[in-house]
Amino acid sequence: MTSARAWGAGALASAMLAGLVLIAFSVGRFPVSAGDLLSVLWTGLTGREHGLDPTIETVVLKIRGPRVASALLIGAALAAAGAAYQNMFRNPLVSPDILGVSAGAAVGAVLGIFLSLNVIAIQSLAFGFGLGAVGLVYVISSTVRGHDPLLVLVLAGVVVGSLLGACVALMKYLADPYNQLPAITFWLLGSLASASPEDVWSTLPLMLLGLVPMWLLRWRINLLSLEDEEARALGVETGRIRFTVIAAATLMTSAAVAISGVIGWIGLVIPHFARMLVGPDFSRLLPVSVLLGAGFLLGVDTLARTVARIEIPLGVLTAFVGTPLFLWQLATARRGWQ
Amino acid sequence: MKLEASHLDFGYRGHRVGSDVSLSLVSGEVLCLLGPNGSGKTTLFKTLLGLLPSQGGQVLVDGIDVRRKKRDEVARFVSYVPQAHAAFFPFTVREVVLMGRTAHLGVFSSPSRHDREVAQAAIERMRLGHLAGSIYTRISGGERQLALIARALAQDGHIIVMDEPTANLDFGNQVRVMEHIQAVARAGMGVLLSTHDPDQAFLCADRVAMLHEGRLARLGAPDEVITSESLEQIYGVDVVVTRVPMDGGRQRAICIPVVAD
Repeated sequence: MTSARAWGAGALASAMLAGLVLIAFSVGRFPVSAGDLLSVLWTGLTGREHGLDPTIETVVLKIRGPRVASALLIGAALAAAGAAYQNMFRNPLVSPDILGVSAGAAVGAVLGIFLSLNVIAIQSLAFGFGLGAVGLVYVISSTVRGHDPLLVLVLAGVVVGSLLGACVALMKYLADPYNQLPAITFWLLGSLASASPEDVWSTLPLMLLGLVPMWLLRWRINLLSLEDEEARALGVETGRIRFTVIAAATLMTSAAVAISGVIGWIGLVIPHFARMLVGPDFSRLLPVSVLLGAGFLLGVDTLARTVARIEIPLGVLTAFVGTPLFLWQLATARRGWQ
Repeated sequence: MKLEASHLDFGYRGHRVGSDVSLSLVSGEVLCLLGPNGSGKTTLFKTLLGLLPSQGGQVLVDGIDVRRKKRDEVARFVSYVPQAHAAFFPFTVREVVLMGRTAHLGVFSSPSRHDREVAQAAIERMRLGHLAGSIYTRISGGERQLALIARALAQDGHIIVMDEPTANLDFGNQVRVMEHIQAVARAGMGVLLSTHDPDQAFLCADRVAMLHEGRLARLGAPDEVITSESLEQIYGVDVVVTRVPMDGGRQRAICIPVVAD
């Protein structure tokens, strides 16, 4: 992998991303052309009048803009967390959910719906339970000694995740089948239909808080993909780096899941594509994963709101789009994995 | 510059593998550790490197207890060559060797131009220049072993610990690794290696340690330590140790197992 090719891949991904943003604005009930979009944004920056229909401004700033922005943010966060986890767990089949963050967030959100709380409370519960689930898994794994620390982490994640899954099932069983159950089901399938400007502003700092340490630790994260003892012999305090990566990835994933519901596949599939394009070095893998993840979710979300008369749930559509891509990749790109 | 074990007990909690091992290694010296399978060679090495906590006694890195040192401090002093393994991701040989520079970098830093030059020099030293851009997971076992030695050289410490560096290598690569070990020692580094082949100890070691049932059975010059009696004691087979003439009137000791006809 030459750095020229890496820059090429990054530039290509950026250009595709910009194209996707323009497409996302230009389709839907109120199409917004690229010119209108730029006028509205220019007005937002300078305060000069654009003289357009105020409906367009509302669509851009209050409805489609937040939706596009949260698709970009969430796609980027899930892909970044997935890339870091795949490196850390030395496993291509790991997704950001492995330590129970989605299961925890699901319990929080479903509890909120079950108790008929408002949207902000539901999001906060989802975020808090996501963090709490991973915290619990981490504490369990660090009290169990004498085994491979990674194996214990994964096992604890699987066990806690299945327990939380049972909690969700119980609440679904007990929920009011006419109001609450559809809301729960809808949340569990993931959607950006109700993304608001507040969602974007509350999520952005959390995403950055996760992304910045990952970027700063990019070289050490490469070494986490070695055997634990080998990485320590090379001078890496693996326990601390691992804790930081888990905390950063969990923060991002929790924040993402809290506003979008459960969206699978991105954290699993996107890092593979990024690795095929630019190799495993995290200093290239992370930015390319972020770009591709943002683009993939924006593309899927645009499809979700345009291909049918009703919204297709994101969790469904990402799987429908992601599965063939993933299988194709499994068949063609097995080289490089041992 | 000295790596020292003093009355070291090693193993895992609740399962002691060996005890009361005292040995030391200085820069420029090659110390070869012989021992049968399961005698605790790898566990001893990991304890010496501070990767496993000692179960008693202590390990001194340049006079200071290894437990009181940070990982990067230890790594700048002693580097580790594990048995050649499969990596999990398709890193290039150049990237793998560059990982040896990690102990010289700040936590948030990435390798600099200087680090890349040091790594490249280590690659050239192991004559791996033609493989620098190859994918580590796709080269042969012997080439991987050489790449791991290059990584240890790029780590730029005073002592290298090698765990069976010739295991799984063909005859030619075994000899090449031996030559590299001698060259590394001549350049002033201390080398601690384990092997299953006593002839290799004759070939490259200044001193030989024999580990038997978790204890240091013997420690000294190769000629004194590697004898028919000691080999029979630790491996349980009949061996003749004899000397053969080499070019230039030199002699070298070799071990020949006695197999019943």
